[in-house]
Amino acid sequence: MEVTVNGERRTVAPGTTVGDVVRGLTRASGGVAAALNDDVVPRTAWETTPVAENDRVDVLTAVQGG
Amino acid sequence: MTTAHDTSEAAARAAAEGPADPLVIADRRFGSRLITGTGGAPSMQVLEEALQVSGTELTTVAMRRATPGSDGSVWDVLDRNGIAPLPNTAGCFTAADAVRTARLGREALGTDWVKLEVVADERTLLPDPVELLDAAERLVDEGFTVLPYTNDDPVLARRLEQVGCAAVMPLAAPIGSGLGIRNPHNLELIVGQADVPVIVDAGIGTASEAAQAMELGCDAVLLASAVTRAQEPVLMARAMRDAVRAGRAARLAGRIPVRRHAHASSPPADHP
Repeated sequence: MEVTVNGERRTVAPGTTVGDVVRGLTRASGGVAAALNDDVVPRTAWETTPVAENDRVDVLTAVQGG
Repeated sequence: MTTAHDTSEAAARAAAEGPADPLVIADRRFGSRLITGTGGAPSMQVLEEALQVSGTELTTVAMRRATPGSDGSVWDVLDRNGIAPLPNTAGCFTAADAVRTARLGREALGTDWVKLEVVADERTLLPDPVELLDAAERLVDEGFTVLPYTNDDPVLARRLEQVGCAAVMPLAAPIGSGLGIRNPHNLELIVGQADVPVIVDAGIGTASEAAQAMELGCDAVLLASAVTRAQEPVLMARAMRDAVRAGRAARLAGRIPVRRHAHASSPPADHP
């Protein structure tokens, strides 16, 4: 199925969770947040939150700034 | 005479009371009045050393989309040095963007503190006052501790305080410009009316300007580029640490009035 991850269209397997998407992008131990269709998904819910066709997933990390 | 016993009692008392003359924002006390940013450093190693030397206890980070291989090293640097992270909303142009970014920062860093930044355009990076106030009000309602980067406008600063911001952070000059304090009169007006800490944020170029901000009565200084883009960032970090301390001490000491004419410091001469 097709989803949008950080603004890019991507094909993922059915049953993919937010946690799977995050791991595909970063191995950071902290400073990471994910949103599903603009709503923050708490870290504790990453593994139990599936992504559906055409969902938008954003994964952000803390970077140097400000 | 001071005995070893007295000294240890004094040390224990000092430890119990926390730092002398702490910076108090919301419910937290800081020994350092220098808040640093992390943008612009030539390497993570230089950044870490500069942060250590600066003595800072609160440091801003930005939130950006992860790219494959993102390793979260800024977070690691702050974590292992015991420096509290202050996520910002840099790069946001609307209140809605800023609120969304603040929520992600809260989740990522486990803090409800946010440096609220809502800028009007890329060229000036000046705060958009209408969007800023709107975002501040919404974030305060959501339980955030909001530290807004604002124009050096006393009226806007007052409005931000009225909606519940925990501090106001007027600019000295545009972000990264190093122009120093462009309108010291406005900063004094803001300091004079504020019941929350006033933190000069942006535009500081060198140590004397950080000291000047403190002498004007500001409670703290937030700077990034002045250190990270200096030719010797670690040395500048030390200079800024000392400047903020010196400026604070001078403010508390109370400077002499400025006179138009000389005022002898030696007794009048009585030689024949």
